[in-house]
Amino acid sequence: MTSVVYSESEDRHATPRDYLSGGWSIRSWLLTVDHKRIAWLYAVSITGFFFFGSAAALLIRLELISPAGDLLSAESYNKLFSLHGIVMVWFFLIPSIPATLGNFLLPMMIGARDMAFPKLNLLSWYIYTLGGIFTLAAVIAGGVDTGWTFYTPYSTLFSNSAVLAAATGVFIVGFSSILTGINFIVTTHTMRAPGLSWLRLPLFVWANYATGLVMVLATPVLAITLVLIALERALGIGIFDPALGGDPLLFQHLFWFYSHPAVYIMILPAMGVVSEIIPCFSRNPIFGYMGMVLSIMAIALFGFVVWGHHMFVSGQSMYAGILFSFFSFLVAIPSAIKTLNWTATLFRGQISFSVSMIYALSFLELFTVGGLTGVFLAALALDVHLHDTYFITAHFHYIMVGGAVTGYMGGLHFWWPKLTGRMYSRPWATVAALALLIGLNLTFYPQFLLGYAGMPRRYHSYPEEFEILHVLSSLGAGVLALGYLLPLIYLSWSLRHGEKSGPNPWDATGLEWQTASPPPVHNFAETPVVTEKPYAYK
Amino acid sequence: MPTSSGQAGARPEDETPPETQFDNMDQQRHAGLLGMWVFLLTELLLFGGLFAAFAILRLQYANVFAEAAQHLDLKLAAINTALLLSSGLTMMLAELAAGARLRKVAVYWLLATILLGLAFLAIKGFEWYSEFRHQLMPVLGLPFRYPGEQPAIAELFFNLYFIATGLHAVHMLVGIAILVVMLALVRRWRRPDRLDRQLHIAGLYWAFIDVVWIFIFTLFYLLRG
Ligand code: HEM
Ligand SMILES: [Cu+2]
Repeated sequence: MTSVVYSESEDRHATPRDYLSGGWSIRSWLLTVDHKRIAWLYAVSITGFFFFGSAAALLIRLELISPAGDLLSAESYNKLFSLHGIVMVWFFLIPSIPATLGNFLLPMMIGARDMAFPKLNLLSWYIYTLGGIFTLAAVIAGGVDTGWTFYTPYSTLFSNSAVLAAATGVFIVGFSSILTGINFIVTTHTMRAPGLSWLRLPLFVWANYATGLVMVLATPVLAITLVLIALERALGIGIFDPALGGDPLLFQHLFWFYSHPAVYIMILPAMGVVSEIIPCFSRNPIFGYMGMVLSIMAIALFGFVVWGHHMFVSGQSMYAGILFSFFSFLVAIPSAIKTLNWTATLFRGQISFSVSMIYALSFLELFTVGGLTGVFLAALALDVHLHDTYFITAHFHYIMVGGAVTGYMGGLHFWWPKLTGRMYSRPWATVAALALLIGLNLTFYPQFLLGYAGMPRRYHSYPEEFEILHVLSSLGAGVLALGYLLPLIYLSWSLRHGEKSGPNPWDATGLEWQTASPPPVHNFAETPVVTEKPYAYK
Repeated sequence: MPTSSGQAGARPEDETPPETQFDNMDQQRHAGLLGMWVFLLTELLLFGGLFAAFAILRLQYANVFAEAAQHLDLKLAAINTALLLSSGLTMMLAELAAGARLRKVAVYWLLATILLGLAFLAIKGFEWYSEFRHQLMPVLGLPFRYPGEQPAIAELFFNLYFIATGLHAVHMLVGIAILVVMLALVRRWRRPDRLDRQLHIAGLYWAFIDVVWIFIFTLFYLLRG
């Protein structure tokens, strides 16, 4: 059924022009339907949100340097960590890799000219950015202090009605997630190049496809939950409020039914990135391709049956707790398979420590620590002790920041030459990558010890004996900040002054490397035909 | 009823070029349909969260919910179910007629579908109005006087009822708006092959609204024992 390879319209681009040469007018960006330009639009918005959220984090860490809690009042501290959590989860982590790298690369990696629905793609950027700014305004102006989870009945009875606006904003942004998910799924299903069967897809494509599925299946449940919160607040309807016959646990069930899978929206794409980098810089085909594909899908599906591990101590029945504990252990299996396969790929390879490889190896370390401590938390009895302590904070930062953000940085450095056609400063990039690895461990490792010793999360002051660990953690945050700021500088510099990279500086396989850098408007001068499996290294 | 004007655009191969990102029309059609299916899946899950919430509370407060359900008007809801199912049929006939290039017939069936949808909404509105008159509408701070036991929990039932039927009614309005646009397009009758695709996608959405209603009808009205 392989069909005609070019349509007539393609002939207009007989001499391929690169996607940036279409001009730099505001119009050419804000009205573009080219998935590559849309990826940049996302990159700009997302970076803005990221540094905003990071500034809040630094303030939090500054406050915690001294036990007394003298920099901020308790209320401002609550508002600050709410702001930090809301921005980082909803506006950075969830869209980050899929909306930027995924948007840019997914069509290219399957040999397509664009996403299936380019206008929808642009629309989803508008929804994301405008919704994000709206939420941010509501959170700051209104001083929302519910944390990023909007737990009821606090969020619904709480005197401050800004929660309503904030929840509405997050609801709106959810649509952008759904639209992106639909686009990924349909594009992967219908637009693969001739010869590109499902088992020849690069793992990054598989990861984004699975992420699309999770987005589409989970986000609507979050949407209805937020609608119910809004109705409860605005109309006094009692769905969650026990005083009105409602059930607050119901909120937590609905909320975590989305938010646990959301963790996989964050981590799966990062796994996809690492699966591209490691084979390339160990000159080895990925070990156990089929196992990798199956574990991606297993992670995506199992993610839907473990939400109850967030509620071990909130009053669900003991039997539910045991069941959720069991399922949570199960999720560890596909993650372990992936980690072992990456290690096996490295083991047989000729490793070169390029910048993106340093990020990928950092990912392995951080994800392993985060994952193993996750197994602690999945154990019902241990979680009762560790719940709502800094152990949790450390665990999810190892996963979310150590996993998702490190994967994002690795991907950015791996594909930068493809995105821009230019190289960045290798020494500086190496410094930044190491700063990130050291900074992360220094910031969050002490928090495991703090949590184990009993320091609860979300407190703005603490007993003297925790001081050393807190100071170490704040020190780490400074190093980490360096690891995030440096790339902003040398990458911006490379946009203008970087050396030209040529189409394939890493000598990598994959369709995206077979076209010019930066790529032409419709990606390929001729639609490629695929004849072999991915990662044909050596 | 096939009239001469019905054949106006009846050339089987009105080949229109696909949009630039697609190789051919087949691929484009496939993508459009799959997109709609996935979108409907998300819509189903949107209602799914609501239905799950209802199911959990319904198990928890079985007696009160069952009694509260008896205050809903089963007869009107049954009529509405019949109307909506018929509209599913007329929509399918409209699609078939357009596929056979019978323009006028397609217009009539579309019109019938829209009228059935409007009739549904009118009855629904009347139902809400009578619930409002019996003071069973707790939204917007209206007084709620429930004659049975445990009014607070019955109130929860009515809250969920108004949210579910309200959300469904919003979807009906969107569906009717889509059908009106389709009606205009069919009357203009340019590029029938494209109309075919659009009608098919609109029909899918309409069928979805039908399915959601069946769930609402079963969960809220029929579970009264
Ligand atoms: C730059 C380094 C960072 C530092 C120093 C930092 C620090 C903190 C601190 C101190 C808290 C409050 C913990 C508590 O009291 O419960 C927190 C919470 C949180 N952070 Fe970070 N963070 C950093 C980066 C990030 C990043 C990059 C993300 C996501 C991409 C993130 C996501 C979160 C989330 C989701 C919470 C939970 C808020 C809550 O307790 O509900 N953090 N962070
Ligand atoms: Cu979880």
